Amino acid sequence: MSSSTTPTHAIDMDSLGRGSATNRLADEAACLEIKHLNLFYGEKQALHGIDMMIPKKRVTAYIGPSGCGKSTLLRCINRMNDLVDSVRVDGEILLDGQDIYDKSVNVADLRRRVGMVFQKPNPFPKTIYENVAYGLRLQGIKDRRRIDAVVEKALKGAALWEEVKDRLHESALGLSGGQQQRVVIARAIAIEPEVLLLDEPASALDPISTLKIEELIYQLKDKYTIVIVTHNMQQAARVSDYTAFMYMGKLIEFGDTKTLFTNPREKQTEDYITGRYG
Amino acid sequence: MIRHWFQTGKPWIWFTASAVSISMILVFGLLLLIAARGLGHFWPGDILEFHYQEQDGKTPILIGEIHDEKAVTPARLRDAGIEIDGDELVTRYLLKIGNRDIYGQDFRWVIGPNMRDLRTPEDLLTVERLEWGNFYGYLQTVKQAGVTVAEGDAAWLALQERLSRAGNIQAEIHSLEKSEIGAINYGMERIRLARRGLELNNDNDPVKLAKLEKERAELQAEYTILQQRLTGLYQKINRDSMILRSADGREVEIPLAKVVHVYRPNAMSLLDKLGFYFAKVGEFLSDDPREANTEGGIFPAIFGTVMMVIIMSIMVVPFGVVAAVYLREYAKQGPLTRLIRIAVNNLAGVPSIVYGVFGLGFFVYFLGGNIDQLFFPEAAPAPTFGTPGIMWASLTLALLTVPVVIVATEEGLSRIPKAIREGSLALGATKAETLWRTVLPMASPAIMTGLILAIARAAGEVAPLMLVGVVKLAPSLPLDGNYPFLHLDRKFMHLGFHIYDVGFQSPNVEAARPLVYATALLLVLVIVVLNLAAIAIRNRLREKYRALEN
Repeated sequence: MSSSTTPTHAIDMDSLGRGSATNRLADEAACLEIKHLNLFYGEKQALHGIDMMIPKKRVTAYIGPSGCGKSTLLRCINRMNDLVDSVRVDGEILLDGQDIYDKSVNVADLRRRVGMVFQKPNPFPKTIYENVAYGLRLQGIKDRRRIDAVVEKALKGAALWEEVKDRLHESALGLSGGQQQRVVIARAIAIEPEVLLLDEPASALDPISTLKIEELIYQLKDKYTIVIVTHNMQQAARVSDYTAFMYMGKLIEFGDTKTLFTNPREKQTEDYITGRYG
Repeated sequence: MIRHWFQTGKPWIWFTASAVSISMILVFGLLLLIAARGLGHFWPGDILEFHYQEQDGKTPILIGEIHDEKAVTPARLRDAGIEIDGDELVTRYLLKIGNRDIYGQDFRWVIGPNMRDLRTPEDLLTVERLEWGNFYGYLQTVKQAGVTVAEGDAAWLALQERLSRAGNIQAEIHSLEKSEIGAINYGMERIRLARRGLELNNDNDPVKLAKLEKERAELQAEYTILQQRLTGLYQKINRDSMILRSADGREVEIPLAKVVHVYRPNAMSLLDKLGFYFAKVGEFLSDDPREANTEGGIFPAIFGTVMMVIIMSIMVVPFGVVAAVYLREYAKQGPLTRLIRIAVNNLAGVPSIVYGVFGLGFFVYFLGGNIDQLFFPEAAPAPTFGTPGIMWASLTLALLTVPVVIVATEEGLSRIPKAIREGSLALGATKAETLWRTVLPMASPAIMTGLILAIARAAGEVAPLMLVGVVKLAPSLPLDGNYPFLHLDRKFMHLGFHIYDVGFQSPNVEAARPLVYATALLLVLVIVVLNLAAIAIRNRLREKYRALEN
């Protein structure tokens, strides 16, 4: 881990995104380091030698055309790809300096540290309360008061408390799509992970819900390292501090968001963000 | 024109709709038939009295209820040696004449035109007896301890009062014999087994022996007291009797202890008849059978059927679900799992009697025999589990229905969205935790569907049960007040087998036929109720674990 001074974090709404242009990647503390990561689906290689560092308590966005491997890469970070039989990974991903693909790593523990929110809201068919308490119950916590407190805190953290506090014990499936997605976020942050992976969290939602989720992401980065995959370049520009552009399973360019959008180094990046393909 | 009509597709709609209609008509027709035939049996019909022109020229008086009628051609009757005039169809009636003890048979056919002076006298009695079936006749006198106490019109009133007294004593005797003395016998048997057990272990501990001996003596003392009470009750109940005159003028004495009901159907109003009817239906549902199952109720059969289905459900669901979870969630999908699935599906197609044979060979003789050797050596040579019983019957049916549960559960598991599993795993749940906390609850409606299909198949199955536990008449229910309350080793009665037994094995087929219909109707109802209960549970679960809508 590189030691660095944390730069002041000015918000400039007029500039591209809320990420500050004064941030420089080299100055950030690393949360995750991806080292020469290759991933194969059977014979087909889906990720080619990814090398990058994901900074702590920042929002890092992956953009790129469909099928470029950005979701696959995201799902490597909490080893969700293990569920697919034919997947083979080589390379390393270091979380706080420890390789998550090491044999000694307990996958369930890893996923407790690296939470994930999926494209489609996937609340369990349980009450709102039980959805948020799910992770705690898994850890064997039975103390009712403690769970109550955590549920409230998580729902507040997900900016949902005011909307659902009177119907915590109703089914989460009765909520709107945007609310469901925030329940899922609350469920993820209830167990206080270090990293939060968001896989196109707003793509199934309406514009107002999308806006709420984006605001939420902005608030959450004070406490969590957030990695977001998005299809929507405007969204990436709005919410992220750093942006990585991927194409055909390769990391083309990674840098702070403003620079990447205004002054990309690579021609492919420029072509993509100006809408020439993708 | 026709061509055009065909092109509109309407014929297809008509064709499919008529297929549905025909199925519906068949189902309702079936239910209606068994309902009408079965339920009519309990109606107190009028008793006819008439002079009958016999072939030998005599004209005896006959008394009876008309049970059935048939139109026959005169030619056929003439072939049978019955003289008849004219060419018109003749109605032949099946008359229930009762009084089997004096006539030797309950039923005879009579020919309509030969019946003269039909009357329905109000004072004709039907006596439903514990033995020998119904008696039809006139009440002459009521006797107490051999002495006539009432005659003529007064006799009927005197009879009522004495009947209710006899009924009360009868109920007391029944409860004494069934529960109290039954419990003592059960206790005695346990003490005997305990002593035998000590003997087998060469355990001559005098303390233990003395304790058993003391318990035995206590039970014996209790039994002596009960026995005395019982003797007293029997003396009391045998006090009264009545003299009846049958159609041919013979006088018969019937002790009231042997009487179930006495009624005068010809004197009953419609309301009386309705009341009597429902009381009879109630008895049919709640009483034990009598007279080789041709009379009385079928409660033990209802109880046995429901009990067996419940025990089967308790066994089949965990087993089927666990097997389906392994097949769908843990096993590597490949040729082997495909082979297993094919085998499981084929298992569902094996004829049920084959399961019965397997159950007898494996469960009863092998498993049961070994259990007896290991755990019940003191009861030898009498088998405990090494003989057909409700547990083996339930297990055999569980085996028969487990493919249905496996298939339905697998189907349910495969329909759980991947997103839900991933959501759980992403929160740090292991696969087992995900299954247990999220996937299985969501699959529970599908599991219930499997159970519903299993119940539908198992409750109607008879053939395998005949080999592994069903009997014509079980002395006691598999659930009673004696420790350990649930007696899985006992044999039991079953509605399906009861139908077969009453319909084909009965000494008195004519009398039993309506019971066959009534029992069949009841079997259908029991299955419907069991299914409805399972469906209600499933619908609740569905509501609770409604899948994601978007």
